[in-house]
Amino acid sequence: MTPPGLTAPPVLLHHAPTAGLAVDSSPGGMFSYFSDHRDEVLNWLGYHAWLSAVPVLAGLLIALPLGWLARRYRWTYPPLVTAAGVLYTIPSIALFVAMPELIGTQILDPINVAVALTVYTVALLVRVVADGLAAVPEDVAQAATAMGLTRRQRLLKVELPLAVPVIAAGVRVAVVANVSLVAVAGTIGVPNLGQLFTTGFQLSVGNPYYPPITLGIVLCVLLALVLDLLVVGATRLVTPWRRAVGGS
Amino acid sequence: MIRFESVSKKYPDGTLAVDELDLVAPSGRITVLVGPSGCGKTTSLRMINRMIEPTDGRIWLDDRDTASVPTHELRRGIGYVIQHAGLFPHRTVVDNITTVPELLGQDKKRARARAMELMERVGLPAQLAKRYPAQLSGGQQQRVGVARALAADPPVMLMDEPFSAVDPVVRAQLQNEFLRLQGELGKTIVFVTHDIDEAIKLGDQVAVLRVGGHLAQLASPADLLAAPADTFVAEFVGRDRGYRALGFAGAGRLPLHHEHSVALGSGLGEAREAGVDGWVLVTDAEERPQGWLRTDRLADAASGETVVQEQLNLGGTLASENATLREALDSALSSPSGRGVIVDGSGLLLGTVTASEVLARIEQQRVAADGPSVRRTGAGEAS
Amino acid sequence: MIQWLNDPGNWTAQGGIFDQLWAHLQYALIALVVAIVLALPLGLLIGHTGRGRWLVTVANAVRSLPVLGLLILLYVMLAPHIHGRGDTVYLLPTEIVLILLAVPPLLASTVAGVENVDPAVRDAAAGMGMRGGQVVRKVELPNALPLVFSGLRSATLQVIATATVAAYLGLGGLGRFVYDGQASQNFAERNAGALLVALLAVVADLLLAVAQRYTVSRGVSGRFSSRPDASTSAEGGPPELPAPPATHTA
Repeated sequence: MTPPGLTAPPVLLHHAPTAGLAVDSSPGGMFSYFSDHRDEVLNWLGYHAWLSAVPVLAGLLIALPLGWLARRYRWTYPPLVTAAGVLYTIPSIALFVAMPELIGTQILDPINVAVALTVYTVALLVRVVADGLAAVPEDVAQAATAMGLTRRQRLLKVELPLAVPVIAAGVRVAVVANVSLVAVAGTIGVPNLGQLFTTGFQLSVGNPYYPPITLGIVLCVLLALVLDLLVVGATRLVTPWRRAVGGS
Repeated sequence: MIRFESVSKKYPDGTLAVDELDLVAPSGRITVLVGPSGCGKTTSLRMINRMIEPTDGRIWLDDRDTASVPTHELRRGIGYVIQHAGLFPHRTVVDNITTVPELLGQDKKRARARAMELMERVGLPAQLAKRYPAQLSGGQQQRVGVARALAADPPVMLMDEPFSAVDPVVRAQLQNEFLRLQGELGKTIVFVTHDIDEAIKLGDQVAVLRVGGHLAQLASPADLLAAPADTFVAEFVGRDRGYRALGFAGAGRLPLHHEHSVALGSGLGEAREAGVDGWVLVTDAEERPQGWLRTDRLADAASGETVVQEQLNLGGTLASENATLREALDSALSSPSGRGVIVDGSGLLLGTVTASEVLARIEQQRVAADGPSVRRTGAGEAS
Repeated sequence: MIQWLNDPGNWTAQGGIFDQLWAHLQYALIALVVAIVLALPLGLLIGHTGRGRWLVTVANAVRSLPVLGLLILLYVMLAPHIHGRGDTVYLLPTEIVLILLAVPPLLASTVAGVENVDPAVRDAAAGMGMRGGQVVRKVELPNALPLVFSGLRSATLQVIATATVAAYLGLGGLGRFVYDGQASQNFAERNAGALLVALLAVVADLLLAVAQRYTVSRGVSGRFSSRPDASTSAEGGPPELPAPPATHTA
């Protein structure tokens, strides 16, 4: 896949569909635009979904032990949370372009985006995990200890399950934010649904050409919705006791 | 004076919180509204300062219909104390207290001076003035709440379960200080509680409300205990009514017996000698009673041992010379020797009294009074 | 990159670092000021009356829109109708997007901040005779400030980050260096631009943290000059409020 032109403002229509430029340039033209560029769009959608979801999973796996650490050894909480906060202030585009320098990849390698988004997810979730574990009612934790659970059993059987709803809320925020962030990586040429926006931008130089733009927005929102629902579904699956009382 | 004139509160969903309430809270007195949850006591209280608007009837503040006064004006003239104090977390203690004077546009300097004076009055050390509420204990927060309500010197105070969020020891302390303060200030107070003991202890008159907002009985605490209007009130007032009613009757001059006591540090032989029916009262050097010592099991006088604190039975309570019947009776009943210890104002031993003597006095008073209206005397109950 | 940053010409030239930094700040400030003017009173009103919570839900739903798509869509829509001079054609859609981004965190956290005020405190405020506006000004806002600041900091980060992306359209700001560097394969310039944006975001956050320290009452933040002594203290400071999670959208 070749990236679209990187010059700004772009004039070269690298990707201008030669044969199938939809006649309808209104927002509603996105349906015919989609059928004309099906393979390409689905390919971008696949990349986009992968780039939105995998970093969240990876970030969660890294944040869990870090959050536990911040909770278990209290003195690690301030430095860990502060570091996470600083990482989180870095604008994504800055991190995307800096990533190759940091990990020695090519600028257009999707791995850059994946790693950068993993960093954000970790930054967001470390605090959430630590606070979620801390929010387990003291009497519940005490009862678990009193019944003879070891520290490890208490963590796995009591504290972690009870912290799931809090952590899940953080994961939902991360996954929805990621969908939007991935698209931004499209502006530096990384293949994903962001390409629909840059394509639309380039095709609109003379007259507005809406189909790819609206298609991109709709697909991004749908993707965010689906991923969010997946997280909600997974949360319900691992917290059956919340369903019993009609909790959400 | 606050007067409820067939006041009702009906919520849109049909619940009747207060039903045709007629009630007068006389000036300078404490009127306690008490009842189970859902009886409309808090609703009734909050209708006075129109935190809740009545759906029917009128509430008069002296000769003003409260409905005719703009709410914020009405409220600035009524002290308001609530359960968790509701102190403003972002303001220091002194700034909390000066809230209403500030709203009234009073001179800032004078308001602060008055705040400091009020802090002293409610028993708060002056160095707490610059603290924030989060730095205070629950009891201290309640004191600030009371000082804040008093800041603009309102003639009327509304108190909604002000002492129920603190532990029993602090609560008793706050209650006693509240009564002392009221003795000095003489405000018109409406006080809400769910605790009948608190109602009886604090109220000049007690209004018992039942669920649905009906007034079940309005009476003085003594009358409430002596003559509950119906089974609901009787049950709500609870057990030991007769015994608790004794807390409102002064014992008068009781026939005291001389009690031969020994001081701490005396020889065991002396103590054994002084014992009557197997017990001797032990005092400190100034004759303040310290506890009872069992004499029939004491070691031989020859041992040379002395009376020490650790040997004493501390079960007996002390009653003062102007105690209530309840305190006097308790003193006799709780004493291991059966002889209740009576002390004077400075805690010095006056003599002892037996339970049957106190009972005789109760019987005597009952006949003399020819009815339940015994005047309350003591400031509170002994525990 | 260090070399590029060390070249004074890159700082002072027309369209150099100073110019773009100033431009970037302007874009961000305009959006933040407008967002505060819109969201703060609205949030206080919703929190105070308890009515209109659906607006928060709507605002939150906006967060799931892809920023880049929105930016380009607005540009494409508005461009034919703007005949002003200079950057207006890029600036208007950018500011709209930035405001759209800044409003939801500000609104949600202001509402949450007011709703988090202890009901007893509000009851006391009204019971002492404060009017509605006085309750909001003297009690609810001061106590909601920590959360308002948390929302403002979150909004500021997003606005600064997204203003960078606006350079893709053709607008100025520090994003210029990122996209121009990328296009001309001048990676020193590109990386320097990225670094500058990151620094700006960190510094802005720091400044807001300082502002927060000086405007939030110590009684609310729990930072007391003297530790309460054990005999008189409750459990120390007030419980820390849960900050709503910030979101990154650009």
